[in-house]
Parts: sequence; C-alpha cells; structure tokens
Amino acid sequence: MDQQYIINLSFVGASFLLYIGIAIWAKAGSTSDFYVAGGGVHPITNGAAIGADWMSAASFISMAGLIAAGGYSNSTFLMGWTGGYVLLAMLLAPYLRKFGKFTVPEFIGDRFYSQNARLVAVICLIVASVTYVIGQMAGAGVAFSRFLEVDSTMGLMIAAVVVFIYAVMGGMKGITYTQVAQYCVLIVAYTIPAVFISMNLTGNAIPPLGLFSTHVDSGMPVLEKLNQVITDLGFNSYTADVDNKLNMVLFTLSLMIGTAGLPHVIIRFFTVPKVADARWSAGWALVFIALLYLTAPAVASMARLNIMTTIYEDGTDAQPILYENRPDWIKEWEVTGLIEFQDKNNDGRIQLYNDANEDFAPVAKARGWEGNEFTYNNDILVLANPEIAQLPGWVIGLIAAGGLAAALSTAAGLLLAISSAVSHDLIKGRFNPDISDKGELLAARISMGVAIVVATYLGANPPGFAAQVVALAFGIAAASLFPVLMMGIFSKRVNNVGAISGMLAGLIFTLVYIFIYKGWFFIPGTNNLPDTAQHWVAGISPLSIGAVGAIVNFAVAFIVSNATEEPPEEIQKLVESVRYPRGAGTAQDH
Amino acid sequence: MSDHSYDAENYWKANLRLIFGSLIIWALVSYGFAILLRPMLESIAVGGTDLGFWFAQQGSILTFIALIFFYAWRMNKIDEQFGVHEE
Repeated sequence: MDQQYIINLSFVGASFLLYIGIAIWAKAGSTSDFYVAGGGVHPITNGAAIGADWMSAASFISMAGLIAAGGYSNSTFLMGWTGGYVLLAMLLAPYLRKFGKFTVPEFIGDRFYSQNARLVAVICLIVASVTYVIGQMAGAGVAFSRFLEVDSTMGLMIAAVVVFIYAVMGGMKGITYTQVAQYCVLIVAYTIPAVFISMNLTGNAIPPLGLFSTHVDSGMPVLEKLNQVITDLGFNSYTADVDNKLNMVLFTLSLMIGTAGLPHVIIRFFTVPKVADARWSAGWALVFIALLYLTAPAVASMARLNIMTTIYEDGTDAQPILYENRPDWIKEWEVTGLIEFQDKNNDGRIQLYNDANEDFAPVAKARGWEGNEFTYNNDILVLANPEIAQLPGWVIGLIAAGGLAAALSTAAGLLLAISSAVSHDLIKGRFNPDISDKGELLAARISMGVAIVVATYLGANPPGFAAQVVALAFGIAAASLFPVLMMGIFSKRVNNVGAISGMLAGLIFTLVYIFIYKGWFFIPGTNNLPDTAQHWVAGISPLSIGAVGAIVNFAVAFIVSNATEEPPEEIQKLVESVRYPRGAGTAQDH
Repeated sequence: MSDHSYDAENYWKANLRLIFGSLIIWALVSYGFAILLRPMLESIAVGGTDLGFWFAQQGSILTFIALIFFYAWRMNKIDEQFGVHEE
C-alpha cells in the first residue's frame, strides 16, 4: 500500500501542478476574460471543456454502478444526459451566443424587459448550481480520502485551494484550459481499465463493441451470460423491459431538458467566436461525452459479471468462494466500508443473492442460505475496476486523478455560473450599474472566492437537499429555465408577465410535487405521501416531474402572454436579431 | 427592405423545418425505439439482447451525435444561402 500511496500521490500531485500551471498562464485581465474566456475559444477546445464541465463526479464514479444495478431501466441516464445536447445545439446555444452577453439571467432580463424576471432566473440558477456543486466538493473529498489516506474534510480543503487558485485568477479563461486538461485526465483514466476488462472478458479491445459480443469463458453473449448468472441468484434480468413506460419517458425527458437548461453548461457556449462555432462545439462536446457514456454501460455489465463470477467461480449451481479465499481487491475495499460481508449462516462462504425476491426464497432456503451476505456500493464498479482486472498500480493512481478531475472541473464550471450571476446580474445589474470593468472584475473574483468557501463548507457538512441533485437541479433547470429561454427565442409574443408567471408556475408546481414525496425542503418526515410507485400520481416519480413542470411553464406563459400586451417593438427586434447569425461579434457587456 | 425581411422569414422557416425534422429523429430513437416501441423490435436480436436495448445504451447516443453535426453543417450552409452568415 505504501508504494501504491506514492503512485497515487504523484498522479494527483502532477495533475494539480498542471492545473495551477495553466492558471498562471491563463490569467484573466478583463471581465470578458473572466466571464467568457475572451470569447476566442476554438469549438473543439470548447467541446472538450464542455465534456469536463458536464461530466461530474457522478458521471465518472457512480454512473456505471447505477446502470449495473438497474440494467435496461437505468438507460434513462445515458439517453437523458446526452440527448439534452441535441436540444442545446438546435434550440438554445447558437441564439444565446448571438445575443452575446455574459450570463443566462441577463438574456432573460433583457428579452423579457424585466429586472424581476432576471432575479427569478438568478435564484433558480443559484439553487440549481449550489445543489449540484455540493456533490462535487463532497466527491472530491471522498476521492482524496480513499486514495490518499487523508481525512475527507482535509481532502476537500486541498481541492478547494486548487480550484480557488485557478478559478479566482483565471475565471472562465483559466477554467476553460484546465477543463481541457481535466477532460484528458478523466477520459484516459476511465478508458484504460475499461479496455482491459473488455479484453479479458470478450477479447474485444473496444468496450462498447465488447458489450454486444461473446463472453470468452462461456461462449455466450456477454449480456445473455450476465442475465443467466444474476437471474440464477434471484436478481431481475439485466435487459428486461420496464412496465411503467410513461415514467421512463418523462424521466428521460426531464434529464434531457434539464441538461439543456443548466446554466453552467450554457455559459460555455458564450466562449466561442461565432454562432456557427456554437453549433459545432455542441457536436464536439457530445463526441467527447460519448467516449465516456458509451464506455460506461460496457463497464457496468462487465464489472457486474466479473463480481458475480469471482464469487461464484465454479458457476451459480456450485458453492460460492470461501471468505478466507477472497481476492485482494475485496480485502482492500472492505477497509473503506464500500464492501461489506456478514456470514449469516456461518459456513465461511460468501452468499451473494437477492434476498428480497420472495420467489427465490425457497431456492435459497434449500441451499441453506440465510440472507444475502455480501453488499457492495455501486461506486465500487469504477473505483475497484483496475484491481478487479488486476491492472498495475499506476492505473489505480490514474483513477484517483481522474475522479478528482471530474469533480473539480464540474465544480469550477458551477462556481463560475454562480459567481457571474452574483457579480454581473446582482452587483452590476441591480445594485451598482456604474461599476467600472476593473471594479466588476474584482467583484467577480470576490464572489468566486465566497462561492468556493460556501461550497466547501456545504461539501463538508452536506445539508439534506445535497443528495437531491437529480430532483432539484434538473427539476429546476427543466421546469423553469429551459422553457423560458426557448420561448424567448422562438416566440415574439411571450412577454414579461407571461415569462415570470410561466417560470414561477413551472417552478412551484415541480417543487411542490417533489416536496410532497421527499419532504418539505427535504426535511425528513415532512413528506405527505410515501415516495413509492403506488402513491405517485399516474405513476410519475418526483424525479420525472420536471418535464411536466416544463409543460406547465409553457402553457401558463402562453396563456398569460396572450391575455396581456404584446412585447414592445424593440424587444421583437431583439428576438429577430438573435435568430440571425450575422453580426455576432464576441460576447460583450454593452 | 421588404425583400430583406421576406428572406429573413424564409431563413427562419428553413431553420424551423430542419429543427423539426431533426427532433423527430431525436424522439424516435430515444422515446421510440429505446422505450415505447421496444416490444415491437424484440424480434431483432443484437448481441444477446434486442434492438431496443441497443438503442437505449448506444444507438440513441450515436444518433444524437450524427444529428448535431448534420444540423450544424446544414445550418451553416443555409446561413450562407440566405446571406446571414458571419463574415
């Protein structure tokens, strides 16, 4: 472990030095540098930066485990978190880039000629982004504590200092180039173990192809073998269809429009020189994202099959392995508590099966099993992947650096969205419009510093809502921000009153539905109904309600707008101008 | 001036048509093939499972990429055709 510790430390240390080096090179000299990296980022560079901005600790560490656990039904995350880029490319990014300002609330304020609309947008942005950033900071702390044997609060502090250095100094400019470096680190770290596991199991070096090819040991297709092994142990079939299709559709839709409405993603499109580049960079972003998102489902099924065949080395009909003969990776990860074993029937063997399945209970009883004895956290599928595939120590060091890169790059993007909303929309927009460029740059840096301190504190002491990123951040982005941005571009008729009523209606509808099942403001025990499928209205989960909230937002905005005055002439001209690329220029203040 | 606005209107219509067509494909591969129409595609086997599963875990993502690049390429052409492209 000592040697491994040194390897991990050198990988993480080297990556941090790289980020700080980039920060010194890419120092922001103006608000344009700080908010939009000077507006001169190449579309492919921006695509890679969006990839890192988008792929969070959750995508890197947790997503494969989620898919492994849910099989087909959790394909929603794969489609939802990629399909949003189609919407961004066609419905939002090019026009918002043409508009050419610094923040998302600024567009809403100008287009709907209302400081109140801008304020509602700022509040939505801050709630969504703060919820999101807490998970990233906590994720960085956890990655530190697991790989570098430091206390997770200490790890969090180190991560915060590094982000502080490059985000406060460089703003969007520093963040852009560190994100590109972080993308490279995270994709290499994710891909290498995946290639090895795919080679071992299928002989195919390309994981997405391996997923649909033959399992070498059994001669069966990987997915068929996996289905056989897990159904023999009472688990649901991996590829089985789901009954509640409505919920699956709405959940996917919520994730898609939520993705498209998240401000930290949208502002990345303000950094390219031209409208055409905004379109291209959406395509490149999805290419870079897909490299991980096409690998994740392969890792998911192969790693799960690996765990099962490790424990049932002679097949599911034979006895599972003895605990004392367990492989080293189980020993190592037991220390972290992510893997737990409890010998319920005292036979010294590891019985891993689905003890919640009543149909399987007689089989388990006949075999003398007294409950599932082996539990593993979903994150194990990625974290322990190199050890399961028996890869050298440097691959483990790479995973450590990759996990941190994923967490820090997303955190930095979110912190920039938060701090620019504070310094540009609140301080300059509301309280001190005459502030000089230099003064605003200072305000932006101070806001960034404060945002980092708050995020670090919340990361170390996560409030209850921090676990609700999917419900809260995606719900708000889907139900309030996406519809109002889209209507601002595609309709000349929607006016100030309509936009504000729509945003509030979508937001309140969505939050109330979530609170009814998850507790008011996520305080445990305050929910009105249990959060289970039979209590959901029409089978719609609170995680899927954002899509319905978006429909409410659209409907209310149209009805209210049509009942009130149409927007003034100059606003209709503004809408015209965002639709035509000519004369974009770089993003600017005036 | 009226010529210009007539062109501008047609430019916007061309954009809307392109978006509409692209979003139909976007919805068809994800909500269609991968979810709602999966039972109908069950007979088409792909590597140990069926076509719907493939669309849910790979096919839709690949289609999304193709759609965005097609849209960007086509739209940049349309920009030039209507003379609204950036210099």
